[in-house]
Amino acid sequence: MPASLDIAGFAVLLLLALAALAPLLRRQRTIQIPLAFSLSAVASLAAVVAGIMTVADGSVTAATMSIGLPGLPFHLRLDPLAGFFLVVIGLMGLFASIYSVGYVKGYGGQRSMTQMICFYTLFLAGMLLVILADDAYFFLVAWELMAAASYFLVMYEDEKGENRRAAFLYLLIAHVGALAILLAFGVMAGQSGAPGFDGYTFDAMRGARMSSGWAAAAFFLAFFGFAAKAGVIPLHVWLPEAHPVAPSNISALMSGVMLKTSIYGICRFAFDFIKVFPWWWGGVVLALGLISAVMGVLYALMQHDLKRLLAYHSVENIGIILIGLGLSMIFAAFQLPTLAALALVAALYHTLNHAVFKGLLFMGAGAVLHATHERNMEEMGGLIHRMPWTAPLFLVGCVSISALPPFNGFVSEWLTFQAFLLSPALPHPLLKLLIPLGAALLALTGALAAACFVKVFGVVFLGQWRGHQKPEHIHEVGPSMRGGMLLAAISCLLLGVFPTWVIGWLDTIPEQLCGAKLAESAGKFGWLWLTPVAHERASYSGPVLFVGILAVVTVTWLLLHVRATSVSRVPIWDCGFVKLTPRMQYTASAFSMPIRRVLGFLFAVREQVEIVPHTNHPANPVSLQYRLRIRDRFWNWLYAPQGDAAYWIARQVGKLQQGRIQIYLLYSFVTLIVLLVFLG
Amino acid sequence: MHPFVIELLQFTLLLGLAPAFAGWVKVLKCRVQGRTAPGILQPYRDIRRLFGKDIVLAENASWIFRFTPYLVFGVTTVAAGIIPLLSVDLPLSATADVIALVMLFGIVRFFTALAGMDIGTAFGGMGSSREMMIASLAEPAMLMAVFTVSLASNSTSLTQMVSVMAHSAFVIRPSLAFALAAFIMVALAETGRIPVDNPATHLELTMIHEAMILEYSGRHLALIEWAGMMKLTLFFALGIAAFSPWGISSGGDIGSLALAFGSLVVKLTIGALIMVLIETGMAKMRLFRLPEYLGGAFLLATLGMIAFFILE
Amino acid sequence: MTHTFAAQLNSLLAALILLSAFALLAQRKILGLVHIFAWQGFFLALSTAVIGYASGEHHLYISSLLTLGMKVFLLPYILYKLVYKLKIHRDIEAVVNIPTTMLLGIMLVVFSYHLTAPIRELSNLMTRSTLAVALATVMLGMLMMVTRRHAVTQILGFLAMENGLFFAATSATYGMPMVVELGVALDLLIAAFIFGIFFFHINTTFESLDVEQMAKLKETD
Repeated sequence: MPASLDIAGFAVLLLLALAALAPLLRRQRTIQIPLAFSLSAVASLAAVVAGIMTVADGSVTAATMSIGLPGLPFHLRLDPLAGFFLVVIGLMGLFASIYSVGYVKGYGGQRSMTQMICFYTLFLAGMLLVILADDAYFFLVAWELMAAASYFLVMYEDEKGENRRAAFLYLLIAHVGALAILLAFGVMAGQSGAPGFDGYTFDAMRGARMSSGWAAAAFFLAFFGFAAKAGVIPLHVWLPEAHPVAPSNISALMSGVMLKTSIYGICRFAFDFIKVFPWWWGGVVLALGLISAVMGVLYALMQHDLKRLLAYHSVENIGIILIGLGLSMIFAAFQLPTLAALALVAALYHTLNHAVFKGLLFMGAGAVLHATHERNMEEMGGLIHRMPWTAPLFLVGCVSISALPPFNGFVSEWLTFQAFLLSPALPHPLLKLLIPLGAALLALTGALAAACFVKVFGVVFLGQWRGHQKPEHIHEVGPSMRGGMLLAAISCLLLGVFPTWVIGWLDTIPEQLCGAKLAESAGKFGWLWLTPVAHERASYSGPVLFVGILAVVTVTWLLLHVRATSVSRVPIWDCGFVKLTPRMQYTASAFSMPIRRVLGFLFAVREQVEIVPHTNHPANPVSLQYRLRIRDRFWNWLYAPQGDAAYWIARQVGKLQQGRIQIYLLYSFVTLIVLLVFLG
Repeated sequence: MHPFVIELLQFTLLLGLAPAFAGWVKVLKCRVQGRTAPGILQPYRDIRRLFGKDIVLAENASWIFRFTPYLVFGVTTVAAGIIPLLSVDLPLSATADVIALVMLFGIVRFFTALAGMDIGTAFGGMGSSREMMIASLAEPAMLMAVFTVSLASNSTSLTQMVSVMAHSAFVIRPSLAFALAAFIMVALAETGRIPVDNPATHLELTMIHEAMILEYSGRHLALIEWAGMMKLTLFFALGIAAFSPWGISSGGDIGSLALAFGSLVVKLTIGALIMVLIETGMAKMRLFRLPEYLGGAFLLATLGMIAFFILE
Repeated sequence: MTHTFAAQLNSLLAALILLSAFALLAQRKILGLVHIFAWQGFFLALSTAVIGYASGEHHLYISSLLTLGMKVFLLPYILYKLVYKLKIHRDIEAVVNIPTTMLLGIMLVVFSYHLTAPIRELSNLMTRSTLAVALATVMLGMLMMVTRRHAVTQILGFLAMENGLFFAATSATYGMPMVVELGVALDLLIAAFIFGIFFFHINTTFESLDVEQMAKLKETD
C-alpha cells in the first residue's frame, strides 16, 4: 500500500499533467472533454483516498522536494488536518468533475474548452498544493496559483462587462488578503529565530516562541488575509459578484472548496503554530462568525438571482464554521480540551457538510441555468414537472442546508449548539452570560436559512411557470450532470445518518490539535447514538430517526392504499376563485417581504410603487410598477471611501506627471544632487 | 413492564387521544365563550369522514404535494415516541434531545410550506411566507427557553430533565418561571393559536397555517389534521415534561404508570384551560405586531437565563 | 418559613422587579405604565418584608408598609388623577424603537451583573445576589427617561430609579436608618407635587406633554 503522501502527490501530478497536455487535444473536443474530466475525477478520488488514510491512522508524513528557492526548497507535509481538507477538496472535485462532463458540453462550440480544462485542473492542483505545503513560500505559490486559475475561470465569459468587473474585484481582494498572509508569515519567520530562509518553514514557525503582542499581530494578519478569501463580513463583497458569473461547476468548487482552504489556514495558525493564545482571539472569531452568519442569510433572503443567493449562503455557512472555531479557541484558552475538541469537530464537520451540500446546490443551479438559460428566479416556476431528477436532488440540498434531520447539515449545527450550551463550564462570568446569546443568533440563522430555501425551491421548482418565454423547450439535464448531483446527495444522506463513524474517523485531528479525543464519549452509548459529552447530557440517533420516519411513512401509505379511494385531477380550487393566472403566484421578493419588513433595517431598502390610474375608476389601474432596490451598506461604509481615497492619492501622485521636459530634467537633477549629498 | 411495551403504549396513547384532546380544547373554548360545543369525540368523526372521501388534486400538483401529508404524519409520530409522557424508561427518547425535537417540527413546517407553494396560488404562497417569518422569529426564543431549562438539569435530554426535576427538592426558580412564560408564548406561535394565528378562521387573508393546506382533501387532509392535533398535544407534553414533571414514573410497573396517566390527564386539563383563557382573552395580532410579541418571548427567556446566573 | 425559602422567595421577587422594569420600557399606554409601576412597588414592599423577617431587622417592616402606602397607592393615585385631568390617554412615542430599547436593557443588566461581581465576593448577606438586579433597575429607569418623549414617563423613570436605589439599600446593608428612609419618602412626595405643577405649566404652554416640544425654547438655532 503506497504512502498517503505518494498518493496525494500522484493526484497533483496528474492534474498538472492534464493542464499541460490538454491543448494537444484541442481539435477533438468529443474526446478532450470526457477524458480530461474523467482523469480529474480520478485525481480527486486519489486525493480522497490519501486523505481518508491519513486521518484514519493519524500519521504525519513529510517530504522535501528538490525544486524551489536556492535556500528554501519546497516542503510537503501531510498530517491529519491536511488529510481532512484533502478529503473535502477531493470529494467535491470528484462530484464536480463528473458533473462537468455534461455541463461543459452545454457551451456548444462557442468557447475554448482547452482554457476551461487547463484552468480547472490548475485550480484543483493549486488547492491540493495549498493543503500539502509545509513552508511559507510554497504555500504562497500554491495560493497564487489557486487565485490566478480561479480568476481566469471567473472571467470565462468575459464578453460581459459585469463579469470582468466581478473578476477584477475578486482578484483585488484576493491579493489584499495574500499580502496580509505574507506579512503574517513574515512576522512568524522573524520571530522564529531560525537563520536565513529556514524561518519560513512551518516547522520553524511551530517552534517559535513569541511575545503576546507579536503573536496577536501574526494571528490577526493571517486571520484578515484568510477572512478576505473566505468571505467573512465585511470582506465579503467579492463573493456575491464572482460566484454567480463563473460557470456553475466552478461556482460549486469555489463555494464548496476554495473557501475552505481559508478555514484550513486559520486552523493551522491558531492550533498548530500558535498553540497557546488568550481567549479574546476566540471571542473575535466568534463575533465575526456570528455577524457573518446573520448578515449573510439576511442578504441571501433579499436576492432573486439564484446563484447570488447561494453565494450569500456561503458567507452564512463560513460564519457558522467560524462560530465553531471561535468557541473551540475560547475553550482551549481556558484549558477545557474536551469542549474545545467538541467545538472543533463541529466546525470541521460543518466544513465537510457545507462543501457537499453547497456543491450540490450550485450544481443544481447550474442544471437549471443549463435548461432555462435564466438565473433570475422570478422568471422560473413549475420546473419540478420538467426536470424530475434535478428537483429531488436539489431538494436534498435545500433540506441539508436548512439543518433538518436526518441530513448532514443538522448534525453539524446540533454539535455547534451542544458546544454553545456547554459554555456554563467557563470560569469567566461575563462570557457565561454572553455566549448563549450567540446560540440564539445561530438559531435565528438556521430558521432564516430554512425560510430562504423554502423560497428558493418553491419559486424555482413549484407552482406554475412565471416566465415570459414559453417553457416547452426545457428538459432534464444529461446523465453526467445528474450523476454528479446524485453522488453529492447520497453523501449528504450518509454524512447525516452515520455521524458516529465520521466523528470516530475525525478523531485524530482534535487529539493532535486540542489534546482530547471525542469519539470515546461520542460513541460510548452504542454506534447508533451520537452522545458528544455523555448520554445523559444529549443524544441523537440519525439512523433510528431515518429508519423510523421511513417506517411510519411506508406503513401509513400501505394501510391507506389497501382500499384506496380514487384521485381525480381538477383545476386549481383556491377557494373558488376562477380566473387564476400564473402572475398571481407569490414571487421571490413577495415571499421574503415579511422578513424584509421586520429585519430589513440592516440594509438600505428602497421600495417604489408607481400606479398609473385608470380614468373611470381608481380601483382598476392601467399599469402598476414595483421597484425594489437593496444595497449592501458595507459598500458605502468601507469600500467606496477606500476607492475614493485610492483615486485621490493617485490624482495627487499624478501631479508629478507635468508633461514638460524641463520638469523631468529637474527631477533627475534633484535626485543627482540629493545622492551626492548623502553619499559624499 | 418492558421498555418497548411502554414505548408502544405511549404511541397508541398519543395517536389515540390527541383528537380527544383537541376536542376537549374546543369544548372548553365554546363553553367559556358561551356557545354550544360539539362533542368531545367530534374530531374522531371528522378524521374518519375525511379518510373515506375521495382525493381531488389540482392538475399541476407535484409529488411533493402528495408526499407531504405522509411525511408530516410520520415525523409527528416519531416525535411522539421521544417526549416522555408516562415514564422516563423510554428507549426511543435517546433518539433526539430537545433541540433535535424542535428541528423535527422544523421538517414538518418546511414541507408544509413547500406544499403551500406547490399549487401556485396566491393564498398558499402567503401562508408559507408568513409561516416562515414567524418560525424564524420564534426559533431564538424557543432555543433560549430550552437553554434556560437545561441549565437547571445540566442536560438537554428530556428524560434527564424529567428525572432531575422530579427527584430534586422543591426550589423556587425564577429562571424556570421566566422560561415557562416564554415557552407558552412560543408554543402559541408554533401551534398556530391565538394571538398568532386563528385556527378556526374562514377568511383566507387572516390564515397562516390553514392557507398552506387549503388545497388538501380526502385522506391527505385527514393525515394533516391528525398530525396537527398530535402537534398540539406534543407541545403540551413538552411543556409538562420540562416544567412540571412530577408524576412521570421512573420505572415501568403498572401502578406508577397508572398514576402517571392520571396526573397527565389532570395537567392536560389545566393546561387546556389556561390556553383557552388566553385565546379568549386576547385578540389575534396583526402580522407585523408579531415581531414585538416574539421579541418579548425572547426577552423573557433571556431574562430567565440571566436570572439563573445572577440569582441562583 | 425557613431561611433558604425566604432567600428563594426574595430571588423570585427580585426577578419580578426586574421584569416589571422591562415591562415599563416596553409598555406603550400611559395608564399601563402607572399600573406596572404600582406592581413594582408591591413586589418591592413584599421583598422588604421578607428580608425583614429573614434578617430580623424589624424596622424593615415599617419601611415595607411605607413603600406599600406610598408607591402602591398614593403615587399611582396622584399620577392617575394627573392623567385624567390633563386628558393624556394617548400612546407614548419613543425616541428609539422598542426592540432596540430591549436590547440596550439586556446589555445594561449584563453590565450591572459584571459591575457588582466584587461585592458578591465580599458580602455575606443573604441578599448579595440581588444587588445586581437593583443596580439594573436603576439603570433601566435611567434608560426609560432617556428613550421616551413624554413627560409622565420621565417622572415614572425617576420613580423607578428610586425603587432601584431602595432595593439596593435593602440588598446591600439590610436597609437604611429609619430617619433617612422617612426623609426620602417625604422628598418623593414633594417631588410628585412639583412634577404635577410642572405638567400643568408645560401643558398650557405647549398644548402637549411631549418633551421634544421644549426644544422650541432654544434661543439660537
